[in-house]
Amino acid sequence: MTIALKGESLKRREDHRLITGDGTYVDDVRLPGLSHVAFVRSPHAHALIRSIDASAAAAAPGVQRVFTGAELQEQLGSLPVGWVLPDQNSPPHPPLAFEKVRYVGDAVAAIVADSPYEAQDATELVKVEYESLDVVVDGEKATQMGAPQLHEDAPDNTSFEWEVHSADRGYDDAAKEAEVVIKQRMRNQRLIPNSMEPRGIVADFNAGTEQITIWTSTQIPHLVRLLFSAVTGHPEHKVRVIAPDVGGAFGSKLYLYAEEVILGMIAKNLKRPVKWIESRQENFIATTHGRDHIADAEICGNRDGTISGFKVHVYANLGAYLSTFAPGIPTILYGLLLSGVYKVPHISCVVTGVFTNTTPVDAYRGAGRPEATFVLERLVDMFAAEIGRDPVAVRRKNFLPTFKNGRTVSTGVVYDSGDYRATLNRALEIFDYKEFRREQREARRNGRLIGVGFSTYIEISGLAPSAVAASLGAGAGLWESSTVRVHPTGTVTVYTGTASSGQGHETTFAQIASEELGVPYDDIDIVHGDTEKQPFGTGTFGSRSVSVGGQALLMSLVKVKEKATKIAAHQMGVEPDHVTFKDGTFTVEDIPESQMTFAEVAGQAYSAVNLPPDTEPGLEAVSFFDPENFTWPFGCHICVVEVSPDTGETRVLRYVAVDDIGNVINPMIVDGMLHGGIAQGIGQAMQERAVYSDDGQLLSGSMLDYAVPTAEDLPMFETDRTVTPSPSNDLGVKGAGEAGTIAATPAIVNAAVDALKHLGVRHIDMPLHSEKMWRIIRDAREKQRAERSTRAKQRETGGKS
Amino acid sequence: MTTNRISVTVNGTDYSADVEPRLLLIHLLRDVLDLTGTHLGCDTSSCGACTILLNGRSLKSCTMFAVQADGADITTVEGLASDGKYHAVQEGFWQKHGLQCGFCTPGMMISAVQLLDRNPDPDEGEIRTAIRGNLCRCTGYHNIVEAIRYAAANRNTGAMSGGKQ
Ligand code: FES
Ligand code: FES
Repeated sequence: MTIALKGESLKRREDHRLITGDGTYVDDVRLPGLSHVAFVRSPHAHALIRSIDASAAAAAPGVQRVFTGAELQEQLGSLPVGWVLPDQNSPPHPPLAFEKVRYVGDAVAAIVADSPYEAQDATELVKVEYESLDVVVDGEKATQMGAPQLHEDAPDNTSFEWEVHSADRGYDDAAKEAEVVIKQRMRNQRLIPNSMEPRGIVADFNAGTEQITIWTSTQIPHLVRLLFSAVTGHPEHKVRVIAPDVGGAFGSKLYLYAEEVILGMIAKNLKRPVKWIESRQENFIATTHGRDHIADAEICGNRDGTISGFKVHVYANLGAYLSTFAPGIPTILYGLLLSGVYKVPHISCVVTGVFTNTTPVDAYRGAGRPEATFVLERLVDMFAAEIGRDPVAVRRKNFLPTFKNGRTVSTGVVYDSGDYRATLNRALEIFDYKEFRREQREARRNGRLIGVGFSTYIEISGLAPSAVAASLGAGAGLWESSTVRVHPTGTVTVYTGTASSGQGHETTFAQIASEELGVPYDDIDIVHGDTEKQPFGTGTFGSRSVSVGGQALLMSLVKVKEKATKIAAHQMGVEPDHVTFKDGTFTVEDIPESQMTFAEVAGQAYSAVNLPPDTEPGLEAVSFFDPENFTWPFGCHICVVEVSPDTGETRVLRYVAVDDIGNVINPMIVDGMLHGGIAQGIGQAMQERAVYSDDGQLLSGSMLDYAVPTAEDLPMFETDRTVTPSPSNDLGVKGAGEAGTIAATPAIVNAAVDALKHLGVRHIDMPLHSEKMWRIIRDAREKQRAERSTRAKQRETGGKS
Repeated sequence: MTTNRISVTVNGTDYSADVEPRLLLIHLLRDVLDLTGTHLGCDTSSCGACTILLNGRSLKSCTMFAVQADGADITTVEGLASDGKYHAVQEGFWQKHGLQCGFCTPGMMISAVQLLDRNPDPDEGEIRTAIRGNLCRCTGYHNIVEAIRYAAANRNTGAMSGGKQ
């Protein structure tokens, strides 16, 4: 096809291979002589390892080697933490546990065999003698006196206590003066990401070049290479990491995992290729989880609807060890969001990061921001209910005014651009609020419970300005890179440091390049996910790929254009400023017949026969973009739910999402990401939750026990947009990957509470399981009945007593 | 290790293989026959990523042993397109952006093929019921429903783009 433009809903070029079965996920990588690895994992949540006897396993059919932690310990350092807060305790995290296990799923041995079945069989022959210890799984209990201690160097199981306050630290005074103060404990339950493709790794070692090649299902190939090298001492330039097609990630493939380190070292030790594909059962226990907050939240304000402040203390359950980015999630990505879209003067936030005998917790789609948004948007609704005002009116009253280029808020951060009224207004054009209230009254009269919930959210995207991130604890720069390589025939290969796991970068980035260079869309390839091809790149997370990676691409395209213009001008015998470039053609101003095509110029750049003085041959550019600010997408989501008064079953009847993610490159792809994000939000609000028994067993450890939403659980989504370009990058984009998840949970719970408001219900913790809802309705009705009869009795006995 | 000789027809091609009795059908397809389009996403028959057609009926291939499929006629995602033309369901997924990471897609499409064979004009609810055994974590199913509707509406027109804009 011809030149593509930004803003067009091009169908995805990724799709062809994926709908014909020709995709290549890690499990599809074939190498001659491949051996297979299976892990022996701890069934105990907390235990000392007394001994490991692997002799029977080693003698089993097809088994080549058994590695234990004690053995590998010499070659391996601790898994690193990439986010370090002030005074943070970061206890060691051995890739294979060797003295103590700290959660169910902690790996203690790795078996290498000829086939995956034989490797799996042999796991049952490894005899591990454990001495079990007391267990703690709850983030609050773990900090209390007498709780079992996980790590010697983390007293009270505490990794950090982090805080952020508005500059005057005035929340407590404001609360004393406020007419209304509302306190609520809110639990944001633990979730299990469940990308449909579990993790998987193939590792190979070339003894001749000493190169280790690792195919891994990851969002961050370059960081995996860097951290792998740091842990193993194998030089970075002799490690190649390839992320092939990645079957979903949602934050769960954003770390250096123990298995990546172990597979790489096994390949090196045995000098042969090895493979490990995570089973779903392992995925539940050995891949990071998300959320798990206990928040004591507070809002204060006046009866006229003015909000004066938010305060929150959080116990953030981090699991047994610090995963790569774990400390950054409940702090920076949480606390810095607590101003919301409101001009609230006072913020106070303290976060205690806690170790427990559970699977490590790190980013899961939204990562910190959904937890913050839930607290804020629930508090605003509770406040509105308490003062008897409409939740929409209270939001409007407290909205920050519209701004186009920077506004500092009480948490101290600078939002890029915002028009919060616009998204709310647009949403209310789609959703007839007045009419709904009328329907709601009528429904109540007919015994039906329906409710509406709003979420006027904001989020932090476009991670991240490196210096700012470093000042907040990030251990790596968070810029992004690109290379644009124009070939002599004028076709183009773009190399990006981002790494798609379903977001369609190959399409979106090609649109940007096609428009900018005037090169036909089909003549441009986008290459990602291979450290040997791209310059160092940070990867894909935090809704950053287009706002940071796209801008890095744009910079390279501009450089290529400048050089091509110079060459064209020279060849046509004029100064570069007399040449215009449009739709792939260089034209001398006022002499329309004097033209060169982009392909002709590319050819000239490589033939190098007639280049301007001081111009190198070739046509290629590399750029690194480090943004000056984050981007701050926002929007208004509206949810309607119905609760069955008899069974408590709660269903989403309607979901309207109006998001402002700045300019949009491919609306179809963006809508798709919004849908998926909302679906994960509905999943959390309605049904998903990880459950641990007190002794640390994951009771929701399979897809039979953990309710990933099915098609029957979800409605069609109504999505729309307003456009407030971001000043943080030249594309004016903000990011779309997580908005849906961040916005959704409070919209849904607000709707459920709204449905039961007349019964006196103020707050409900997620998920809105039928049984819980049924109990809430029953208890509320009993309470109402009791109150009525007390009042009746009082009337009967009135005056007599 | 005892093995059994089995024969299957997959996407019109005949294959024979000596397999362990415990070999799962999904592993026969992926690892013995090297047809890696069908995916493995769970160990509890929950996700549907492994869905294939076996003698015309959709089936989770992680839930059957290869030896049980002896003599069967199997269709996998690799067999949906013919003569360089997409199957209507593939066309629908392409046109309506019915996939993101693509991992659930082969199984999801096979379930859709089965649905349209049985019910050429399903409504939204019928589509959702038919694919409830296929989990997708990326799309929220919205565009999958649209894709299947598109396939239903266009399955007889023959206007298949084969993935060209
Ligand atoms: S792999 Fe067969 S149902 Fe999940
Ligand atoms: S497209 Fe990723 S799981 Fe369905």
